[in-house]
Amino acid sequence: MNIDLPKTPTSQQHEVLRVENLKVDYGPIHAIKGISFSVHRGEVVSLIGSNGAGKTSTLRALSGVLPCQGSVVLNGKDITKLPSHKRVALGLAHSPEGRGVFPNLTVHENLLMGAFSINDRALIAKNLEKGFSRFPRLRERRNQLAGTLSGGEQQMVAIARALMISPELLLLDEPSLGLAPLIVSQIFEVIQELNALGTTILLVEQNARLALKKSHRAYVLETGQVKLSGFSKDLLDNDEVQKAYLGG
Amino acid sequence: MQDLIQHLINGLGLGAIYALIALGYTMVYGVLQMINFAHSDVYMVGAFAAYYAARWFNLESMPGVVSFAILLLAAITGCALLGLLIERFAYRPLRNAPKLNILITAIGVSLLLEYSGQVIFGADPKVFPEVLNNTPLFEMAGVSFKLFDFLVIGVGLVAMAVLHFLIYHTKQGRAMRAVSVNPRVASILGVNVDRTIVFTFVLGSALAGVGSVLVGVKYPKIEPLMGMMIGLKAFVAAVLGGIGNIMGAVLGGLIMGLSEEMVVAYLSSTYRDAVAFGILILILIVRPSGLLGRNQTEKL
Repeated sequence: MNIDLPKTPTSQQHEVLRVENLKVDYGPIHAIKGISFSVHRGEVVSLIGSNGAGKTSTLRALSGVLPCQGSVVLNGKDITKLPSHKRVALGLAHSPEGRGVFPNLTVHENLLMGAFSINDRALIAKNLEKGFSRFPRLRERRNQLAGTLSGGEQQMVAIARALMISPELLLLDEPSLGLAPLIVSQIFEVIQELNALGTTILLVEQNARLALKKSHRAYVLETGQVKLSGFSKDLLDNDEVQKAYLGG
Repeated sequence: MQDLIQHLINGLGLGAIYALIALGYTMVYGVLQMINFAHSDVYMVGAFAAYYAARWFNLESMPGVVSFAILLLAAITGCALLGLLIERFAYRPLRNAPKLNILITAIGVSLLLEYSGQVIFGADPKVFPEVLNNTPLFEMAGVSFKLFDFLVIGVGLVAMAVLHFLIYHTKQGRAMRAVSVNPRVASILGVNVDRTIVFTFVLGSALAGVGSVLVGVKYPKIEPLMGMMIGLKAFVAAVLGGIGNIMGAVLGGLIMGLSEEMVVAYLSSTYRDAVAFGILILILIVRPSGLLGRNQTEKL
């Protein structure tokens, strides 16, 4: 397979996201035990780790659907206490785990839901057109109920829907989950393309090898804590990572 | 033959009323997965709001479509307001509580409204203001078409058309449908879930208000417990159509109305209420998900 390492962007000064000492509890269980990380403009940063390490909980805390402690700063603005529906307006988009398409809405309506926080009709039409040209399959199926689509197409809907606000930061939760390898590589091509066009991405992936190949930097989560972090290409060669996540 | 047509008209009118109330049950179930047992009492309050509005404006002295519209407006306003209050103070604090707690609360709210109604309005039945004259509009082939038959069916149809437009062709309606399947994802896309739920309650309650005036016009006796039986029947209509399904509620309402009218006409009025529960038992045995309901399967 042709390994295509993304280049590290040169402008790393601007922090799109800074998370300090983030904690999430499920009742008596501490799912996230105080993690800190950051994402710079133009980067793809991945969070990797095994099941239950806290990857999805972290993203949910970021988009405000899980109560958390600590601080979450987006573009210099503290959003820790902001309700989730208000974070979207600040440019935070989330393509959730399990895709979360609305099966009872058409593809077109699903994408419009992504633009819920926008009132400018011309902008909505423009972003809709961008989405359809990025995923021609979705244009073909625009009037079909999203519940009738294949898993790969639903993933496209989830990503296209998140892109409707031209986000400052795109949270992608397990885009490869349950998809055939060919579809996975298509999805990741799109992710790289989006990044090349300037979208900043925080990626959560169980497929550690893929995530490390496709990101600039990575954080390795283990039972709710950051175990390791660094440039993805260094982590790919790291013995510990090799053993625990890359199968030897 | 004339009889049959007359009964069809009556049945459709009754069905439209059941459908309007059933829509409230089904919409709230759609967004919250709960049966709002207080819905039938919201309907009752609507009838009283119209009753007091009629007394206040002395509408009975000037019967006509305008007075009828004022009654509708009063009932809709009263119901919408009550729906908003119930959601805010009874159900919202329990949003994340177990389903059983919410169910019991709904029954509690229902009882509270019924017996507060007896205290405030009095337990004795009142006569709903007669604002539409009962004289036949025209006769055709021996069947008399009355103005209020047309209004009942017409207003019912208009209300349902407006609802359909709201739900399928507006941004707010899209948000409602999104919240009904996945409130968490809707909220990360920027939907204010609380506001969407309030909107649903207000809309469903307003339809109950429309229903209450139509019933008042057709069967002009109102009392604080009037919601119990009709609410139960509308609930059966919602289950028959498939609870959570908008078109199902309309279809279920019409089937309930027509079958009740036919049973009363051709069998015996003793069986009036038995029809509803017969249908409920049958549907629960044969097709528990309702006529248009589907067993939801989740795709991973």
